[in-house]
Amino acid sequence: MITPPFSRSCTLPDLTTAEAEASTDVTVKQPFETVVAEHGSTVLRVCRALVGTVDADDAWSETFLSALKAYPDLPAEANVQAWLVTIAHRKAIDVIRAARRRAIPTDELPETGSTSIAEPDHDLADALARLPLKQKYAVAYHYLAGLPYIDVAGVLGGSAEAARRAAADGIATLRRTYPSITRPSISTPNNSRPNNSKEQKGEHR
Amino acid sequence: MNTHDRPGRLTPAPATDLAQALPTTPEELQILQTRLAAAAEREGILDVAYRTLDSPIGSLLIAATDTGLVRVAFAIEDHDQVLLSLSARISPRILNAPGRLDTVARELDEYFAGDRRRFDLPLDWRLSTGFRNTVLHHLPEIGYGHTASYSAVAELAGNPRASRAVGTACATNPLPVVVPCHRVVRSDGGMGGYLGGVEAKRTLLTLETAA
Repeated sequence: MITPPFSRSCTLPDLTTAEAEASTDVTVKQPFETVVAEHGSTVLRVCRALVGTVDADDAWSETFLSALKAYPDLPAEANVQAWLVTIAHRKAIDVIRAARRRAIPTDELPETGSTSIAEPDHDLADALARLPLKQKYAVAYHYLAGLPYIDVAGVLGGSAEAARRAAADGIATLRRTYPSITRPSISTPNNSRPNNSKEQKGEHR
Repeated sequence: MNTHDRPGRLTPAPATDLAQALPTTPEELQILQTRLAAAAEREGILDVAYRTLDSPIGSLLIAATDTGLVRVAFAIEDHDQVLLSLSARISPRILNAPGRLDTVARELDEYFAGDRRRFDLPLDWRLSTGFRNTVLHHLPEIGYGHTASYSAVAELAGNPRASRAVGTACATNPLPVVVPCHRVVRSDGGMGGYLGGVEAKRTLLTLETAA
């Protein structure tokens, strides 16, 4: 009996059909590897802004490990970046508290950025690190993570307007300590999302 | 959107300044990803680990659960689509984590070098069910370097008239190469189809007769 089983039904295997269906099904979640590839760089920047370069790696690792654990329960339509920033925020607070416990009493964390005197050659990252916490958070989440103020408020608590004000105050301080960010007049973004995706693309693995 | 939509803008917005003040490199992120995969494995929350492997029949994606090898996929299947399918059918907790696949990769390398005739790997059969699964379990009975017809395999699987179903089982084999569906050919001597392409099937059969 000459039967060419592959001739018709088998050249279009069912598995491929299932995979094609999976890809068009909007409820199918991206593999977590894709989440890391898409958001890893931004989350690392946010972590560095929040806790400094030394502790940022740990904050990043804790954030993504925690996210991986919870990922199956994340609603498919959720904003993954806002979700990651929320987790990073909690992890950063943990790291900051741990640093406080380690620190000797006189070693206050630089929370009083308003008193800092501008040093013209100061690094922008340092200036960001010296911002009051709430301003630092708001600047990082809006300007680095690209979250709209309504989502920044979701992370920080309070209103979108308060988040916008904190970010504006933070940017104003950065302009004083880091003059090159001030010229020419930069219209402070309103509730729209700053487009930093173009800049991020080159760094994806 | 508002800061970048203006063409000819010379001074970057704060977002760009800040991002540049906190640069990240692909190397740093690679190190962090590796560390994450190791921690996930330690904590038992890495449901699917995968890596890719270069081979004479193109890039292969290999994926394993904690039970064993669950998927071998040809480049022609589109690895991104395969990972998406694994996310839907098993779990989205998927990371590129080569460690879990060290033995699989080594045995495949040996096989492609002609130094291995059978695989000795724990397999996770969850992507194959029913009669197809029965068929696939019988395929290792076709020895290295040999072939069998679809109807012969149907007989092995206990249903001599199911040669078409054997074809479907082979075409949907989630573990090609390791579970040797490439050894199933047409009874008229024709090659028959192959999920990885007929050329890949020919390469594997040639490899096995030469070794």
